Amino acid sequence: MPQLTAAPPAGPQKHYHDQLAQGRFQIQRCQACAQAVFYPRMICPHCGSDRLDWITPSGLGTVYSTTVVRRKAEHGGDYNVALVDLEEGVRMMSRVEGIEPAAVAIGMAVQAYVADAGTDKLVVFKAIGDRA
Amino acid sequence: MIDPKLRGAAAVVGVGHAGLGEAHGYTEMEILVQAAHSAVADAGLTMRDIDGIATASVASTMWAMPVIEHLGIRPTFIDNTMIGGSSFVAHLMPALQALASGQCNAVLVCYGSTQRTSTLNRAEIGNARRKLDPQPYETPYNPLSPLSSYALAAARHMHQYGTTREQLAEVAVAARKWAQLNPEAYMRDPLSIDDVLSSRMVSDPLTVRDSCLVTDGAGAYVLVRADRARDLPHPPVYVLGSSTACWNRQISSMDDLTVTAASQSGAIAFDMAGMQPKDIDVVELYDAFTINPILFLEDLGFCKKGEGGPYVSGGALAPGGRLAVNTNGGGLSCVHPGMYGMFITIEAVRQLRGQCGQRQVANAQTALVHGNGGTLSSQSTAILGTQAAL
Repeated sequence: MPQLTAAPPAGPQKHYHDQLAQGRFQIQRCQACAQAVFYPRMICPHCGSDRLDWITPSGLGTVYSTTVVRRKAEHGGDYNVALVDLEEGVRMMSRVEGIEPAAVAIGMAVQAYVADAGTDKLVVFKAIGDRA
Repeated sequence: MIDPKLRGAAAVVGVGHAGLGEAHGYTEMEILVQAAHSAVADAGLTMRDIDGIATASVASTMWAMPVIEHLGIRPTFIDNTMIGGSSFVAHLMPALQALASGQCNAVLVCYGSTQRTSTLNRAEIGNARRKLDPQPYETPYNPLSPLSSYALAAARHMHQYGTTREQLAEVAVAARKWAQLNPEAYMRDPLSIDDVLSSRMVSDPLTVRDSCLVTDGAGAYVLVRADRARDLPHPPVYVLGSSTACWNRQISSMDDLTVTAASQSGAIAFDMAGMQPKDIDVVELYDAFTINPILFLEDLGFCKKGEGGPYVSGGALAPGGRLAVNTNGGGLSCVHPGMYGMFITIEAVRQLRGQCGQRQVANAQTALVHGNGGTLSSQSTAILGTQAAL
């Protein structure tokens, strides 16, 4: 009978959120094809391998697209929703904080950080200048 | 490659709808059954002839079962495929295969929604879906679902190709002009480019007038094999091409926001039909938002990638323009009960039968129907034609 190896303590979604709760932003990278993967999942969407490691991305990214969701001031006002391409080669939904929602522009260079979002933590971005 | 024998092997022989606009006092099942009953009668058949069913619901995952109960049928072909608003275009290919193989003899495709008048409002459905069908890497950022996803695609198209808000507005204005020729359309007031540009911004660059309606409505159509279709009351509308594609669910998982899976479904459907865009007389595109027809005209090959904005300009899609697009007024101005793919199919059939009154496209022999589902996620293309196009 083959020796049982210890099962990982959790699936990738729980691992991601557990790390995030500790203030750490991690993404996956495929051992087989070396491509980065986000969101966290069980097999590589590029090559199908199930050997995915966790890496800590640099957090540097570029805004791929952006929108301002219009909301009444009494409900908190307008806010940004953006798609950001990380330099590791993955895209994620997030928002750019610290500037007016309408000032977020496609091509803008941004840096990820882990912010408090109520009782949870969330990866958001801040602008670091324009490199479009 | 799809078996060439499937081209034209089946035809739409009946269509029906019910409860368009507001269906006060009715459930979505009730208007669905009204539409189904009407479509079966239009086909010159009775419900006893129906031995295949295809349907889908926004809320109910096992929707085919209560539909079968309400219709009182015992089908040998059941398709409950739910891939959003394109579902009722996507239902064509499995139905075609089931008919061609002899699994069944008459397929009823049907849908109904009372999202406008229902006491269960869209916010409640949205909250339930967030629990049952989570998107944990998008939901925390509160995009309007689905509107902000389309806004992100529009913003990227504008950035990459110089598409303008005026060009987006052209799509809404053309749809309204068709709606003004359609007594069944929900919104028929005049609408100008300036009206669209000055309407309430929802999620930049999309305004409320860049967005589809929220209405009630039910629709149904009946498919039989071509040999049988010729003996029924209406001229058959043959299925010449059909293909469905899905590359992702979430907008953040889409490789290129300016290229949809319609580029795959369209190519396969055209190949099956042995046609090209220049062969199409009437085009019915799922216009959930004004960016959609621009993306689909590009991805389906009516113009080059990036040229959709200039292509739709100057009233090009309106009555009398370069291409007859969304001749019922579209989801933007005619009807949009949650999943609109049913209604583009019905409109194409009616155009090919020559039943469209003031909005009839002269001598229409071929139609392209293109459904979209989710957030530019599923794409389904069908090419329909009259006897002359076989």
